[in-house]
Amino acid sequence: MKVGTRLLFALIALWVVTGIPAKASDAKFITVQSTTSTQNSGLFDFILPVFKKQTGINVRVVAVGTGQALKNGRNGDGDVLFVHAKSAEEQFIVGGYGVKRFDVMYNDFVIVGPASDPARLAETKNIFSALKKISTSKSLFASRGDNSGTHKKELQLWTKTGLDPTLQSGTWYRETGSGMGATLNVAVGMGAYTMTDRATWIAFENKGQMKVLSEGDPLLFNQYGVMLVNPKKHPHVKAELGEKFISWLTDEKGQATIAAYKLKGKQLFFPNAK
Amino acid sequence: MGEIGQAFAIAFDLVFSLDRNLFAIVLLSLKVSLTAVIIACILGFGLGAGLASLRFPGRKAIIIMINALMGLPPVVVGLLVYLLLSRSGPFGVLSLLYTPMAMIIAQVILITPLVAALCLQSLQDLHYEYDEFFRSLNLSPSSKMKTLLWDARLSLLTVALAGFGRAISEVGAVMIVGGNINHVTRIMTTAIALETSKGTLALALALGIILITISVAINAAAMLIRSTAKRYAHA
Repeated sequence: MKVGTRLLFALIALWVVTGIPAKASDAKFITVQSTTSTQNSGLFDFILPVFKKQTGINVRVVAVGTGQALKNGRNGDGDVLFVHAKSAEEQFIVGGYGVKRFDVMYNDFVIVGPASDPARLAETKNIFSALKKISTSKSLFASRGDNSGTHKKELQLWTKTGLDPTLQSGTWYRETGSGMGATLNVAVGMGAYTMTDRATWIAFENKGQMKVLSEGDPLLFNQYGVMLVNPKKHPHVKAELGEKFISWLTDEKGQATIAAYKLKGKQLFFPNAK
Repeated sequence: MGEIGQAFAIAFDLVFSLDRNLFAIVLLSLKVSLTAVIIACILGFGLGAGLASLRFPGRKAIIIMINALMGLPPVVVGLLVYLLLSRSGPFGVLSLLYTPMAMIIAQVILITPLVAALCLQSLQDLHYEYDEFFRSLNLSPSSKMKTLLWDARLSLLTVALAGFGRAISEVGAVMIVGGNINHVTRIMTTAIALETSKGTLALALALGIILITISVAINAAAMLIRSTAKRYAHA
């Protein structure tokens, strides 16, 4: 068993030398359930080191869709939620799963699509007419289809337009069931329209022939909120550290840091905590 | 298709600039998957040897089960381990979710059936050959198992490599139970998924190239061990 023993020793040496513990027990940290847009846009990579420097607290981000983040929060798998689906968040609070919800920042959604613009969307500011044009021309539309904040918003807008695209699922309406970036990749690949938050769009590096075709309707407002998972439901929640993160995000220091984050010369998120 | 060429250039740059972040990600990938393989081998070899050398009621059913479980979808294993380790799950108090240990557990569940089934396959043929010899010596079951495992050690190395290959390349399970947390649970495959979703396809592919290179190196090292051991055996 020489080879096996040697391998085993090599492995033990690897664990010891590199010293990353298998169990997450190091120092002060909180787990934040958040969305793909805040991660993919690079916001966390920018603001978290600043927060760490000012408070000594490490923030571990699990980036999933808002729907899954809320579900994970409900199960107690995280200390803080940082998401963007206001009514679902309010339900979360009403259900007693979270303590209190705070507005943090906003940006907006845009409709992007192929430069050839088969549905003639360009310059259509009104979101209802934009969606109607896509639907009547039966142009390909890639939907997140994953119960995320963006997906909920998109469905809401279709409903307000008086349309139910899910009836056309599989024809021109394509539900990818994946994150924003993955859905953008799909849209680029098949020349489809899709709705994305502006931050992910600006940061996205595989735009191909796609561009923003409809923007600016006040209904495309995208509000981000933060809340502590209720320690009364889940006693292990690091309430003190989590509250520190929440108050940092919503006070001057955090708000200024969010405003300072720019990518390709553009500000991606606009602080609006009260 | 400029991305593919670009990917090689980026991969080259990353490796030769000794990028610290990349180094940590590679190391964690290896750590998680190698640990999972060792645990899976301990369990799988035991199971495979037992099934090869012993005859008991229900043996066939177990063999069918582990053969079927070879095809476990990683995302299902991830979901299962998530539900078990979640704070609301039965093992929530251990606070293992979103740690490398959770990823190891998921990979062990994923590859143990594969290791056991392939081990059984190698040992079964050997057992057929040794059966009379075992009978004449009236060996105990545990000595039978030990003999079989020892004599098949070179094929078992290949079995371990197959397990390692499945572990290091899967993303579905570790993404759910690890959470792809930067500096904590981000490994090669989850980093590739993240870069793909950012649309930085060349960087994603570059990471893929590095992952493949590491797999090739590990397989080559194992083959070297194998051929050296063979030479000794014939000397």
